[in-house]
Amino acid sequence: MMEWLHAHRLALLITLKKLRATPLAHLLMAGVIGAALSLPSGLYLLVNNLERAAGNVSVQPQITLFLVQNTPQEVIHTLEHKLRKHPAIEDINFIPRDEAWKALLERNGLEGTGGELETNPLPDAFIVHANDTDPNAVSALQQELSRWPEVEFAQLDAAWVKRLHALLQLGNKLVVVLAGLLGFALLVIIGNTIRLQILTQRDEIEVSALIGATNRFIRRPFLYAGTLHGLLGGVMAWLILHAALFLFNVSVKDLAQLYGTDFRLEPLGLQPSWILIGCAAALGWVGSYFAVSRYLFNLERP
Amino acid sequence: MKTAGDCRVIKFDAVTKRYPGGHEALRSVSFAIDKGEMVFVTGHSGAGKTTLLKLAAAIERPTSGTILLNGQNIGKLRRAALPYVRRNFGLIFQDHKLLYDRNVFDNVALPLAIAGISGREAGKRVRAALDKVGLLHREKAMPIALSGGEQQRLAIARAIVSRPAILLADEPTGNLDANYARDIMELFRSFNQVGVTVIIATPDAAPSTTGRILHLDHGMLAS
Repeated sequence: MMEWLHAHRLALLITLKKLRATPLAHLLMAGVIGAALSLPSGLYLLVNNLERAAGNVSVQPQITLFLVQNTPQEVIHTLEHKLRKHPAIEDINFIPRDEAWKALLERNGLEGTGGELETNPLPDAFIVHANDTDPNAVSALQQELSRWPEVEFAQLDAAWVKRLHALLQLGNKLVVVLAGLLGFALLVIIGNTIRLQILTQRDEIEVSALIGATNRFIRRPFLYAGTLHGLLGGVMAWLILHAALFLFNVSVKDLAQLYGTDFRLEPLGLQPSWILIGCAAALGWVGSYFAVSRYLFNLERP
Repeated sequence: MKTAGDCRVIKFDAVTKRYPGGHEALRSVSFAIDKGEMVFVTGHSGAGKTTLLKLAAAIERPTSGTILLNGQNIGKLRRAALPYVRRNFGLIFQDHKLLYDRNVFDNVALPLAIAGISGREAGKRVRAALDKVGLLHREKAMPIALSGGEQQRLAIARAIVSRPAILLADEPTGNLDANYARDIMELFRSFNQVGVTVIIATPDAAPSTTGRILHLDHGMLAS
């Protein structure tokens, strides 16, 4: 056990010594990995923030209930009562047919010209705000309300919500695909860097193997180097991400003020941050493991 | 299991080594070396001396035949076990195989690092090995700054630092003048006198020092 710990300490020391000897090369490497990783994690951040915004900024989709023509006033009253008590409904708005007619004429600049259409064709209507923003729940509510006898037609203004959700889902998938592709690219980049390091230490590896070094012994410092590359790259990605976030938030704040909200882009949470850095380190480990193993395999079978 | 072969350190039994391409470096070679022996493997260039040493140290595997190391068939061992077999040997290569990116001390410390020894214990052993070959005062020097004879001594120090039971040296006096060569041979003799089995490949037909001679001729052992 002591020997094992000791061997790891030794490998780590070798790696850190190399880091100190060539800080610029390591910094560049970390920059490359960081830039590549900041793309999917940046997109993740963006989608995440949009999702939050979509949940926050009154996206409660509304259902418009058009009542049966000439519904008596008492029925409307009881209906209003029923709607107010419904558990899935947050708020309702009654729009009498006359008001709607007036508004329509006004909006179209047709005041006083009502001559064309002598009678008001509009029904009374309720605008219903659902509790739940989930498109499926809203859709279910719409189905339920449309079955009520007083309701002629229940129209769901949820198309844009559905579109937004579909877009966000697309965004999430894009994050996964981008992360996968760039992860693969990083695996190759790190593997290649380690391969170059191996080539500069070819003699050492050859001699070590000849005088009794195990593959594990030979592999160890390279695994540390690869993991360190990944780790530094992950930290770099985090820094890039938050520098960009800081920059964006200056503009987002101004924009949000114009809309009267105090919305701003939230930074990566603690857990996603650890996942980002952990994944980067793991990529480094795997990339270097493949690079060294391939080299050792070729060494043993010339 | 261990019978008469108890004191046999290395035993070759009908060992043949054929390289890819058909070249047969060794042809049905059989011999045994006892513990504490000093053996010279002689023969012309290309007679198979280096191959014989490589097979003994489990660096290469025989095409056929068996090689026993302390009674253990090393041809049957798993690949992962071979590094541990190699640690029984102190190897001195024809081309030294020194590492030119580190100083004398660190070159000698490499086998100890591989065996998991470092720190003060390693320092003690490295200096003892350097002292034995007369390079103690050069421990900070880079190998490239050493003369040919000194480089050879450095290679020997690296081979003995982990106190192996067997020393294998491939033409250790190859490029040295006669005086240096005699010194080096004396060095090997002194190791042999403290019980180390020493096997030296040399192109000389008759080495100046006493010891058993295995003479190879075109891959075959001449009696």
